[in-house]
Amino acid sequence: MTAVFPDIWPALPEIFLACAGMALLMIGVFRGDGFTRPIGYMTMVALLLGAILTMGYGTGRVVTFNGLFVMDAFGVFMKVLILVAAALSVMLSLSFNEREKMARFEFPVLMLFATLGMLMMVSANDLISLYVGLETQSLALYVIAAFRRDSAKSSEAGLKYFVLGALSSGMLLYGASLVYGFAGTTAFDKIAALFAGGAHPSAGVIIGLVFVTAGLAFKISAVPFHMWTPDVYEGAPTPVTAFFAAAPKVAAIALFTRLLIEPFGHLVHSWQQIIIVSSILSMALGSFAAITQTNIKRLMAYSSIGHVGYALVGLASGSQEGVRGVLIYMAVYIVMNIGTFAVILCMKQQGRMLEEIKDLSGLSRTNPLLAGAMAVFMFSMAGIPPMAGFFSKLYVFLAAIQAQLYTLAVIGVLTSVVGAYYYLRIVKIMYFDEPVEAFDKIGDDGMTGIVVATGLFTLLFFVVPAPILNYAAAAAASLFAG
Amino acid sequence: MASWPLLSFTTFLPLAGVALILLFCRGNTPDVVRNVRYVALWTTVITFVLSLFIWFNFDPRNPGYQLVEKASWIPEFGISYHMGVDGISMLFVILSTFLVPLCILSSWEAVQNRVKEYMIAFLVLETLMVGMFCALDFVLFYMFFEGVLIPMFLIIGVWGGQRRVYAAFKFFLYTLLGSVLMLLAILAMYFVAGTTDIPTITATHFPRQMQLWLWLAFFASFAVKVPMWPVHTWLPDAHVEAPTAGSVILAGVLLKMGGYGFLRFNIPILPEATEYFAPLIYTLSIVAVIYTSLVALAQEDMKKLIAYSSVAHMGFVTIGMFALNQQGIEGSIFTMLSHGIVSGALFLCVGVVYDRLHTREIARYGGLVKNMPKYAVVFLFMTMASVGLPGTSGFVGEFLVLLGAFRDNTWVAFLAATGMVLGAAYALWLYRRIVYGKLTKPDVRAMFDLSPREVAIFLPLIAVVLWMGVYPTSFLSITSASVGQVIQTYQTKLAAAHGGETGDVSVAAR
Repeated sequence: MTAVFPDIWPALPEIFLACAGMALLMIGVFRGDGFTRPIGYMTMVALLLGAILTMGYGTGRVVTFNGLFVMDAFGVFMKVLILVAAALSVMLSLSFNEREKMARFEFPVLMLFATLGMLMMVSANDLISLYVGLETQSLALYVIAAFRRDSAKSSEAGLKYFVLGALSSGMLLYGASLVYGFAGTTAFDKIAALFAGGAHPSAGVIIGLVFVTAGLAFKISAVPFHMWTPDVYEGAPTPVTAFFAAAPKVAAIALFTRLLIEPFGHLVHSWQQIIIVSSILSMALGSFAAITQTNIKRLMAYSSIGHVGYALVGLASGSQEGVRGVLIYMAVYIVMNIGTFAVILCMKQQGRMLEEIKDLSGLSRTNPLLAGAMAVFMFSMAGIPPMAGFFSKLYVFLAAIQAQLYTLAVIGVLTSVVGAYYYLRIVKIMYFDEPVEAFDKIGDDGMTGIVVATGLFTLLFFVVPAPILNYAAAAAASLFAG
Repeated sequence: MASWPLLSFTTFLPLAGVALILLFCRGNTPDVVRNVRYVALWTTVITFVLSLFIWFNFDPRNPGYQLVEKASWIPEFGISYHMGVDGISMLFVILSTFLVPLCILSSWEAVQNRVKEYMIAFLVLETLMVGMFCALDFVLFYMFFEGVLIPMFLIIGVWGGQRRVYAAFKFFLYTLLGSVLMLLAILAMYFVAGTTDIPTITATHFPRQMQLWLWLAFFASFAVKVPMWPVHTWLPDAHVEAPTAGSVILAGVLLKMGGYGFLRFNIPILPEATEYFAPLIYTLSIVAVIYTSLVALAQEDMKKLIAYSSVAHMGFVTIGMFALNQQGIEGSIFTMLSHGIVSGALFLCVGVVYDRLHTREIARYGGLVKNMPKYAVVFLFMTMASVGLPGTSGFVGEFLVLLGAFRDNTWVAFLAATGMVLGAAYALWLYRRIVYGKLTKPDVRAMFDLSPREVAIFLPLIAVVLWMGVYPTSFLSITSASVGQVIQTYQTKLAAAHGGETGDVSVAAR
C-alpha cells in the first residue's frame, strides 16, 4: 500500500475542533483562570461552527483514512446532536462554575476534547478508531466528573467513573481482540463482508461480540451495567451531569448502533436477544427504581437508564425503522434532558444549590415559567402526547411491532406507565403542594433562554415533526446502504 | 361557510382564548381575575356558537364523514391531519362545546384560587375533547385522547378536595395503562393497512386471530374510560375529589370517549372479534348496571352516589351498543348524550349545595325544599331525567336500548330493566334525603336559594333535556344514517368472514 494523503474533508469538523481545542488551551494557559468565561464562549462558538461544518458535509457515504473513518448521513445527524448538546452544556456550566468557585479554563476545553472523542466514535469504521475515539472521550470525562476537587462526592464520582469506565474499556478491548483473532480483521467493512454470505460465525467471534456489547452497554448505562450511573450523576457537578446525560450517551448509542448494524448486521440473531433483555431490564429498573428517589439528579440517572432502555427497543428490532426510532428518540431525549437540567440548575436559594425533589414544592406559584417548562419535560419524558416524547416512543414501538417483538413492546409500554408515576410525582410536587421558599431569581446567563427554547421545542414538536423525522429516516437509510 | 375549515376553527378556538389570557391578563389583581373569567366565558360561548354552524352545515342523510379537512402532517408515514364528523361524532362535539361554558359559569365563584391556570386548563381541555371527536387519523385521535389526561390531572389535583392527589394519580395512571395498549394496537393496524387513516382502516380486513388481540387492546383502553365494571374504581375517586366543573366534564364528556371509541373502532373495524366478545360486554355491563346501582344505594356521599349511577348508566350504553342493531346503537348514543347533560346537571346540583355548606355528606342536608324551592324543582327535574321519566331525555335513550337488547337477547333486556328499577330507587332516595324531611339543621336553614347565575346555568340544561325527551327526532335523525352504515359495515364484513370459514379461503386471506 502506497502512502496516499487521505481525503480530509469528511473529517473537517473533527480537525477543526482539535485545532480549536489546542488553541483555546494555549489561550487559557497564557491568560489564566480569569479568562474562563471568554474561553467558554469561544468553546461554544467552536462547537457550533463544528455543527455547521458537519451540516455542510452533505449526504453521501465516504470512507477515508485507510478505512478507519466513515462519514455518512447517520454521522451527520448524530454529530449535530452531540455538538448542539455539548454547546448547550457548556452554556449551562459557565455561571454555575463561577458561583461554585470551580471556574477554571480547562473545563470548557475538556468538554471540547470529550466532544471531539465523541465525534470520532460516531465516525469510527474500525475497532481501532472506535477505541481511540472512546478513550479520547472517556479520559476527558473522567477529569470533569471530578472537577470539583474540594468535594468528596465529586471526587468519588470521578474515581468511580474512572474505575468502572476502565473496566468496561478493558472488556471492550478484550472483545475486540477476540473478534480480531477469529475474524482476522478490525475493519468494519471486512467484518461485514465475512458474514454477508451467511457464513456461520465461530464461537470466538460471538464471545468477542458479547464482550464488546457489554463494554458499550457500560457506556450507555444499560442494565445490568448501569450501577455507576446514579452515583456519578449525583456526585458530579450538575452541569457535568447534564453533559453526561446528553452528549456521551448519544455518542455511545450511535457507536453501538453502527457497530451492531454495519459489521455485525448479519449476526442480528446473535445479538438481538442480548439487546432485548438489556432493554427490558433497563426499562423496568429505570421506572421502578426511580420511584423511591428523593434526589433529583439521582432520579434523572434512573430516568436516563429507562430512556436508554426505550432507545434499545428500536435497536433490538435491528431494522432500518428501528434505527430511525433510535435517532428520533435520541434527538428528542437530549432536548428534554438539557431542558430539565437547566431547570435543575435554576434550583437555588440564597446562592445555595438545591437537589432534593421536595425543594420544587409549589414551584408553579413561585415561578410559573420554570414550573410550566418542567411540567412539559416531565409529561414528555412520560411519553404523553402531544409532547415530543410521545413521538419518540411511538417510533421505537413502531419498529418493535414491525419486527414482531410484541412482548418487548407490551413490556415497554407497561413500564412507561410505571415511569409516568414518578414523572407525575414531580408535576404533583410543583403544582399540588404548597410553596416553600422561592428560588433565587434566575440570573441573566441564558438559562431562561435554554429553558424556554427546549420547552417550546418539546411542546410544539408535533406541529411540524416532519423535518426531524425525515432527517432521521435518511440517516437510518444511510446506515443500511453501506 | 362550508368551505371554511370549520372543525379546526371550533377545535382550536379555545387555544386563542388561552393565548389571550397569557398575553394580556398579567398579575393577580381582582380586575385581572375578572377579565380572565370573562375571556374564558366568551371564548367558550363563541366556540359553542361556532360549533352550531357544524350542525347547520351537517347533512343528516349523508352517512359518511362531512366537513372533512385533510392536510399532510407526517406524509412519509401515512399520518395526516384528517378531521371530519359524521352522525355519530357530531352531537358529541356539540355536547362538549355546550357543557364547557356552563362549567366556566359554574366555577365563577366556586374557584377563587389560581383562576388563570384553572381557566387555561379548561380551555385546553375543550380543544382536546372537540379534537378527539373530530379526528379521523389514529395518531391524531390518540394525541387528543391522551392529551385530555394532562389538563384533567391538573384540574383534579390542584382544585380538588381532600384526597385529590390520590384521585388524580389514580385517574391518570389507570387511564394511561389502558391507552398504551391501544397505541400498540394502532401500530399493529398501521402495518396491515399502511396508514393510520381511520376511514381507510375501517375498510381494511384484519385476520381473525389478530382481530381478537386488537379488540382486547382497544377494549383495555375504552373499558377503563367508559368505565366498565370491574375497572370503574377510578371514577368514584376522581368524581368525589374533582371540583364541580371537573366532575361535569368527566361525567359529561370524558366517559363518552370510551363509548365513542367502541362504536367507532371496535365494532366496524373488528367485527369478528366484536361478535366473539359481545357476550363478555353483556356480562360486564349487566353486572355494572345491577351491582353499581346497589352500591349507589349504600353511598353516604352525594358525588359518589352520582358517580356510581354514571357507571350504571354507561352499562346501559354498552349493552345497547353491543346489541348491534339500529335501535340499540342509536339508543346508546342517545343515552350517552342524555347522560352527559343529566349527570352534568346533577353534579352541578351537588355543586350548588356544596358551595354553600362545603360538605357532600348526604346526612348533613335535609328539608331543602323549604328554603330552596327553586333548587328543589331543578334537582327533582334532573333526578327524574336520570331515572328515565317519559318526557325527559333519559327515557328515550333507555327505552331504545332496552328495545335493541330485547331484539337480541331477552334475558339481557330483562336484567338491564331491573337496573332501571334500582336506578329509580337510589335516585329518588337521594332526593328524599336531601330535599325532603325536616329542616332542622341551623346551617342548612341558612342556605339561600339559587342565584340568577345558577339559574342561568340550569335553564339551558333543562331546556335541552325537555327537547331531547319530547322531540328526540331532531337528534335521532342525525345519528340514524351513520349508525345504519356502521351496522351495515359490521354485517357485510361478518358475512364475508363467515363465508370464508365455510370454504371460500380467498375472502379470509384478502
